[in-house]
Amino acid sequence: MEKVKCVCGHENPFGTKICGKCGRPLTEEAKAQKVLDMKYDGSAIRSKTYNKSIIDKIWNFFSSVKVGVSLIVITLIASSFGTFFPQKFNIQAATEAEKALYYEQNYGTLGKLYYELGLSDLYNSWWYQILVGLLAISIIVASLDRGIPLYKSLKNQRVKRHESFMKKQRIVAHGPVTEGDASKTLDLIAEKMSKLRYKVRRDGNALLAEKNRFARSGPYINHLGLIIFLFGLMLRFIPGFHVDEAMWIREGEIRAIPGMDGYYLENEKFILETYDNEPTRAQIEQGVSKIAKNYQSDVKLYKQPEGAVLGDTENLDLVKEYSIRVNHPLKYDGYSIYQMDYRLNEFKSMTFGLTNKQSGESLGTLTIDLTNPEKEYVLGENTKVEILNYYPDFSGLKDGIPQTASQYPNNPAFVFKMITPDKPEGEISFVSIGAAPVEAGDNEYKMTFKNVETRNVSGLAIKKDVTIPILIVGGIVFLIGLAIGSYWNHRRLWVQQLEDGTLLLAAHTNKNWFGLKKDLNVVTEYAHLPQYIDQLEENDETKREGDDVE
Amino acid sequence: MSLIDISSNLLLIAFFAYILGTVLIAGSIKRNDGAASRAEKWGKAGIVVAVVGFIAQLGYFITRWIYAGHAPVSNMFEFTTAFGMFLVGAFLLIYFIYRVKTLGLVALPIAILFISYATMFPTDVTPLVPSLQSHWLTLHVVTAAIGQAILAISAVAGLVYLLKEVDPKQKSKERFWLEAILYLFVVIIGFVVVTLTFRTMGYEAEFTYVDKNGMEAEIVYNMPALFGMNEYELKTDGVMEPLVELPPYINAKKLTTVVWSFIAGTILYLLYRFIVRKRICELLNPLVKKVNTNLVDEIGYRSVLIGFPVFTLGALVFAMIWAQEAWGRFWGWDPKEVWALITWLFYAAYLHLRLSKGWEGRKSAWLALIGFAIIIFNLVFVNLVIAGLHSYA
Amino acid sequence: MDKKKKRMVIRGLILGLLACAIIYTIYNSATKDKVEVLQDGDKAPDFELVDLEGNTHRLSDYKGQGVFLNFWGTWCEPCKKEMPALERQYQQFKDQGVQVLAVNIAQSNFEVQNYVDQLHLTFPVVIDKTKSVMQAYNVGQLPASFLIDPEGKVKRIPPGELSEQQIQTYMESIKPE
Repeated sequence: MEKVKCVCGHENPFGTKICGKCGRPLTEEAKAQKVLDMKYDGSAIRSKTYNKSIIDKIWNFFSSVKVGVSLIVITLIASSFGTFFPQKFNIQAATEAEKALYYEQNYGTLGKLYYELGLSDLYNSWWYQILVGLLAISIIVASLDRGIPLYKSLKNQRVKRHESFMKKQRIVAHGPVTEGDASKTLDLIAEKMSKLRYKVRRDGNALLAEKNRFARSGPYINHLGLIIFLFGLMLRFIPGFHVDEAMWIREGEIRAIPGMDGYYLENEKFILETYDNEPTRAQIEQGVSKIAKNYQSDVKLYKQPEGAVLGDTENLDLVKEYSIRVNHPLKYDGYSIYQMDYRLNEFKSMTFGLTNKQSGESLGTLTIDLTNPEKEYVLGENTKVEILNYYPDFSGLKDGIPQTASQYPNNPAFVFKMITPDKPEGEISFVSIGAAPVEAGDNEYKMTFKNVETRNVSGLAIKKDVTIPILIVGGIVFLIGLAIGSYWNHRRLWVQQLEDGTLLLAAHTNKNWFGLKKDLNVVTEYAHLPQYIDQLEENDETKREGDDVE
Repeated sequence: MSLIDISSNLLLIAFFAYILGTVLIAGSIKRNDGAASRAEKWGKAGIVVAVVGFIAQLGYFITRWIYAGHAPVSNMFEFTTAFGMFLVGAFLLIYFIYRVKTLGLVALPIAILFISYATMFPTDVTPLVPSLQSHWLTLHVVTAAIGQAILAISAVAGLVYLLKEVDPKQKSKERFWLEAILYLFVVIIGFVVVTLTFRTMGYEAEFTYVDKNGMEAEIVYNMPALFGMNEYELKTDGVMEPLVELPPYINAKKLTTVVWSFIAGTILYLLYRFIVRKRICELLNPLVKKVNTNLVDEIGYRSVLIGFPVFTLGALVFAMIWAQEAWGRFWGWDPKEVWALITWLFYAAYLHLRLSKGWEGRKSAWLALIGFAIIIFNLVFVNLVIAGLHSYA
Repeated sequence: MDKKKKRMVIRGLILGLLACAIIYTIYNSATKDKVEVLQDGDKAPDFELVDLEGNTHRLSDYKGQGVFLNFWGTWCEPCKKEMPALERQYQQFKDQGVQVLAVNIAQSNFEVQNYVDQLHLTFPVVIDKTKSVMQAYNVGQLPASFLIDPEGKVKRIPPGELSEQQIQTYMESIKPE
């Protein structure tokens, strides 16, 4: 590859703007500038150097900051589209068709269009993922292209720079010392700059004071963090890398935990607490009478012993007792169980009395556990109630046969056979909630509803995400890089004692010129240096605000 | 006096201190001709008053925290006031680095506007629902607000920059947009004025309507209804009938408030123009004449540099940690989250444009203003209009 | 290798790798609903459940026989339609080394017993009280059937309700040789 040879004899990579050794401007463009463009210290951004094959062209495309910023802006605008209406995954509807209908019903034609364009599931769409992917490529390529040459250039920089380099810096000073012995000036500068925590290097009549060079690595470190983070996100799409399950569990039940093989959960109690405050204005405006204070499921976590197969719940080991609350998930073995939802007052048991219709005499009561009914309940000698049929979620008759809609006791109905001393052959009655009993003949006895006991149901979510540590590492690296790049600045001061006895000074920082000038003010006064000028500052105004800084 | 009364009084003190501070700083600039030292004194006094105000508001914040038992950032009133406080804090921070008082001339009035805007919302202490009872959440909201406040200083610097650089006598696109931004500030004043006016009048109009789920619901307007809810029925006598009925997916009450604010703001603006016969930017231009534009530009950039990492930590990192603790998923594409991401992407673009494309000065100033607009959009619009997990109030 | 070529290879590799990563991610996200489900040819997860008489049935005990695994509930209408056909085919195949195991989803003994009595079922009916087997087999809608060959591998997972004809064909297919 062709090299650019500087007058000083140093061979620079093609595309270099400022000689890496002496600092002479190399390109016509650089020569024409009043103040040199010091981005990446004038090193050759690699993409600018070769542009031959198709791979190079693709590479160079992604290396461009313009492309990078465009991708950021496109992602930004695209993301905003997803906030117009709720996203699909937040909508409480079971089927796709219901969801489609939801948009149309709630948001009219616009909503329908929104759904049909796929904006209702924007963040999971292939094109959004491609967009983020392209952004990742851009981050990687652009960082490699700039970071490596910059690193080399800063590592190899020399103390002595050419006059043309120094005079083209934004901050320059040229002239004799204002006071004292000029031969001691460099020593004074070195002394003061060291005190200001600059690293000072000297080479004959030249001096370079440098501080916080590591700050230049900030952007590359934070980009690395972002890439680690995005890599972690990518892994999440691979099956098995994260568990995301949900379960409903009633008080008193033991259930296998979905997604968490070999573990069982027992729900002892669900607790809902509310505040007993006077309703506030905001509450009244929203029509909220009570504010929830706590949602809590008291649970026991069991584990199957080694070697036990599915369904074998004989010898479960209790591994943890815990009260799962919002913001306080149960954590075990990399899994977390969250309090997500609840249902109150599901029927648990019902109590009936067996009564004589005419006399009203009671022959006793029986309590039916709705999730585990008995075949018969003996109330006394020659007196018992048999359950012939049980419909936990009675949903009406079909061809004369009672139906149940689900296994849950939402609307229990029974076919009882009442055996009494009067009617030893039994009387049959169909009993359901809120309806008169249906009887086979004209019964003498009836089942009277006494009371019902209820229980609550906890809605829990089970999560495991092995990519979290990767995301944490990515996040920390990103923040460290961001802090380094933002809160520290790379500052340099070049000084040369010219042959005519005058001093030539130049200073540069990647950020925060104000801070650099503060340092320069100190050293200028201490070493009696000629006053520097900021070549980008307009000089037509007199005293302005902010100039009077101590 | 109970703790909550002390708290409210401290907020009131802070509010008036910010107003006084603004006046003093403006005075120091006006009086710069001739008696330079006296002007200096005015300016110093302005800063001192602002510091006093900030301490008073910090007192408000702490006492309310103690009273409520949780950080006072849990509803629209609390969050917006806190944002105003952090904005003043960020201004003072930047002031003590750069000593540019003029920024206070923009920063303090914006804080005043925020606090006035906040008090239009219910101010009582609301108990926290379970998901909000988390230290991570407190950390998230406070850090995010501080980050946004520091970022907002870049918009303050941008506004000062443009007020000086854009020629108010020359017709230009820039002048139009600059005036448009200032007009929007007047609209916020308009909002405060109409809300206060109708509140003092005790205006109330009760409606029933049919919501988007087809359920009958009630709503009380505190302003004459310009727009009616879906299939509304007016229940109060002797008040204005809505002019138009809106479909169920638009909240006609909120729209009514917005339109009233614009009407009041426009009237105020026109009145101002009629009396002063100058654009606002022309009126303000002399106040920023003495500002060093290069320095203001650097302040704008620096505040993004300082604010961006804080914002990232608060609005994204702590937010993710909280979401992971509360819901088991660190990211849920909630509108508020998405808009935090958009804000973050926007400032990332700002930094790249500034670093690599040399977008400094005017371009940078406009970008800073757009960034602020996104922050405000996230605070006001997303909270109030697009409902999500974060919808306060 | 000359420098230019090396550069080409490195750049090509990086870009290629990143492109693959993106495509792979999109592929995974597009198919994420379909993975993790038990598939034909997988080893059938072993389990142990108790029937109405209190006898324990372990799937691996039936090694050497074909197993027709059927998940059902009393509330499930199509299950009810399927059961008599299953019973008839069970009678045909039980001596040819095909076993039927009907797994009820977490209902009470009373309901299950009642159901068995009413439909005169003779094959073993076990109850999955903790829903662990149902979860392991990824059962969503009922009825759900799994055909397990004598080696203990899932031979087929026919979707939904089956006709008698289908049941017969499937049982034929898992008959030990």
